[in-house]
Amino acid sequence: MSKENQLVKFTKKGIYCPQGNFYLDPWYPVDYAIISHGHADHARWGMKRYLCTDDSKTILQHRLGADISIESIPYKKELTINGVRVSFHPAGHVIGSAQIRLEYKGYVVVFTGDYKTQPDFITTPYEPLKCNTFITESTFGLPIYNWKSEEELRDDLHSWVRTNQSNNRTSVFLGYSLGKAQRLLSLLDGCDNIYVHRSIHNLNEAILSSGITLPKTKLWSVDLDKKTLQNKIIIAPPAILGSRMLKRLPNPATAICSGWMQIRGNRRWQAVDAGFPVSDHADWNGLISAVKASEAEQVYVTHGSQAVFSKYLNEIGIKANELITEYGDEALAKAEAETDKVTVE
Amino acid sequence: MKLFSNLISAIEITNKTSAKIEALVNYFKIAPDKDKLWLIALFTGKRPSRPVKTTLMREWCMEITNLPEWLFLESYSTVGDLGETMALLLPEPSHKLDLSLHEWMTELKTLKSKSDKEKKAFVLEAWSGLDQQECLIFNKLIGGSFRIGVSKKTLVNALAKLTNIDANQLMHSIIGNWEVDTISFEELIHGSHINYDNSKPYPFCLAYALEKELYELGESNDWIIEQKWDGIRGQIVKRNNEIYIWSRGEELVTKQFTELVEAVNNFKDDFVIDGEILAMKDNDVLLFNDLQKRLNRKNVTKKLLEEVPIGFYAYDILEYNGDDIRELPFEDRRKRLESIFGSIALPEHVQLSFLVEFNKWEELHSIRNNSRAINSEGLMLKQKKSPYHTGRKKGDWWKWKVDPLTIDAVMIYAQKGSGRRSSKYTDYTFAVKKDDALVTVAKAYSGLTDKEITEISQWVNKNAIEKFGPVRTVKPELVFEIAFEGIALSNRHKSGVALRFPRISRWRKDKPADEIDTIETVKQLITAP
Ligand SMILES: [Zn+2]
Ligand SMILES: [Zn+2]
Repeated sequence: MSKENQLVKFTKKGIYCPQGNFYLDPWYPVDYAIISHGHADHARWGMKRYLCTDDSKTILQHRLGADISIESIPYKKELTINGVRVSFHPAGHVIGSAQIRLEYKGYVVVFTGDYKTQPDFITTPYEPLKCNTFITESTFGLPIYNWKSEEELRDDLHSWVRTNQSNNRTSVFLGYSLGKAQRLLSLLDGCDNIYVHRSIHNLNEAILSSGITLPKTKLWSVDLDKKTLQNKIIIAPPAILGSRMLKRLPNPATAICSGWMQIRGNRRWQAVDAGFPVSDHADWNGLISAVKASEAEQVYVTHGSQAVFSKYLNEIGIKANELITEYGDEALAKAEAETDKVTVE
Repeated sequence: MKLFSNLISAIEITNKTSAKIEALVNYFKIAPDKDKLWLIALFTGKRPSRPVKTTLMREWCMEITNLPEWLFLESYSTVGDLGETMALLLPEPSHKLDLSLHEWMTELKTLKSKSDKEKKAFVLEAWSGLDQQECLIFNKLIGGSFRIGVSKKTLVNALAKLTNIDANQLMHSIIGNWEVDTISFEELIHGSHINYDNSKPYPFCLAYALEKELYELGESNDWIIEQKWDGIRGQIVKRNNEIYIWSRGEELVTKQFTELVEAVNNFKDDFVIDGEILAMKDNDVLLFNDLQKRLNRKNVTKKLLEEVPIGFYAYDILEYNGDDIRELPFEDRRKRLESIFGSIALPEHVQLSFLVEFNKWEELHSIRNNSRAINSEGLMLKQKKSPYHTGRKKGDWWKWKVDPLTIDAVMIYAQKGSGRRSSKYTDYTFAVKKDDALVTVAKAYSGLTDKEITEISQWVNKNAIEKFGPVRTVKPELVFEIAFEGIALSNRHKSGVALRFPRISRWRKDKPADEIDTIETVKQLITAP
């Protein structure tokens, strides 16, 4: 049995470290969970103790309850748990997101959680890490996914808002409350007044309470006058599509913001006006460069295109295996839809 | 190509036809003359033939991107469109090529006769000088369909807005015979190549759905009743030895239905006749499904002509030898129509729409219920004295459709859509109960919202029992109401019945799977023809 198998084990409850006696983003309730970031498919309810980054702490408390037992440390600070050195490193995915680095007797495992290698205007930039075993996500693990730069995206979004304004339409951007919403805020900052849906507003409050600053927004509430919202910008979770709240808006133009929008077919069949490929995940070149920079002897590929990406890595001489987990966009979408249901009319 | 590329982008970021028209108008205001002509040519299906083979382009793309074939194919199957897949895979441009649409099209026309080596050099040079969106357009210009959500009608409306020229005249102009090389934009839109007086149609008279009891319509013998045929409503315009066929969507469809043109040629009088274009074989009307096979095709093969022959049922006459007779009472117009059709021996596929014989209103109920057996959608009720109205007017004409047939069935297979819906499960197979087992009765894909499709796709991912190629066998749990146009016994189907034109009418979340229909209850829906 090789060393890495001793440091992390893939169990039914999630990725387990026997020496440290803790789990990484487990999907079943366990005693001690180290959490990469606040998305619902990674940070689940029911763990006895949580450990996360300082920037994720208030997000987890907001989503999982103020009464959870939670500790946090800053990025790059090392904590030794039962002899295993544990540290968080920026993943560039959403606010507070981290790769989890484990070191034991000189053997290093890096679990990326979700990550994005391209810098944006809001998250702490991704940090490439060297290790022996690299556990990477592969949400966009196909060569058709390559993202535009943040500046280009900003220009695209701003010009769409301008076009809408010239046609007297209110621009509604749809994206998950954690991550996409703040990213859109940073991209749209300075374009015009931004209104956010209550679920995003509440999450933003939680983020602000940890000392992070966000662009100024106003709450989009039902009692707002139609005139006030005319030609402005609204950011809301995708669950709002088809709701009465959306229908009440004066002449809305809707846009879905997601990496899947890279494909024209996906943009066109959604019942929205536009689709912008704004992704919080690494694109194809990002994934390849992260794997190469890790110099790992063994790569495990989790949620997304794990079969394709691991096959390709093996072909270019990098030992890689698929790893079936319960992370992924669909799990996230479902969890998000459930939390948003309460607030979407 | 920047202008054209910007236009495509502008069209793609809106769902509103008005915004698309706006974008087109803006393009027409600033684009060079020849570019405008090419745009019209491309959007109306006047494409030059493909100068480079698809397989070659694929090969070159793999070579440049250095991707193994399996990964290229994996990408292609995710995107669903080859031109787009290549545009997404190709590297960032190394330089900037700035040719107009006309210049590109001219180059492509000369490319056809060149050697593969020259073609390769040309394509690679283009790819390295165009951004992603432009590459996509370039690949589309070389071949494949250029579908971007702009119909001929939208294009015509944009031209009408720009020029204030009558939309139907513009439709005739752009559909007519013209070549980019030999006409100017001004000449084209003013119709220098056509004689619009010969093709000009009338606005269609439309009916509302019947919303009262029959007896409330008054005396039954004040009314003429016809079958409501499910085809394409059309006007045949015959003037000065020219024949034009207009669809209700105000498109000129003359070239698609050559059989009709031939038959109408036999008449000696001039006229404008309103009627229904139908798929018709051995005097029987076929389903709209069949008719669809004949629509929007560039070439109609001989096989297709034999399989789906086109027929026409004439409903009304609006103009006779140059006289507009729309104000005459319907019964008089009908008589005129009958005498024209009686004047010559006609091929059997062009007929007068027959009238429903009846005395009392009550008799119509059973006639309507039997409409389905002859592939009619129900009945049309027309007041004998009614003029041919412009557009929809309440009171004189009513349509009285049959209710759709429905069953409750459970989903047993799901399959991912292709192309536009490639990331979701959109095609489902349904079963009903047969003794203790299930038996497949229908395959259907339309009728659900995007939201429901997303929800079902997530469910399928979780509940797939078996994978077989793109097909997932799922737990028989989700119940749907399936509506269809007709049902018949069939020994080609395991279930013993064939449903015509099945579609999902709603997702029955309220219904557990053990309450679905049985094959016996389904068979009871069959009415003897
Ligand atoms: Zn995430
Ligand atoms: Zn994830």
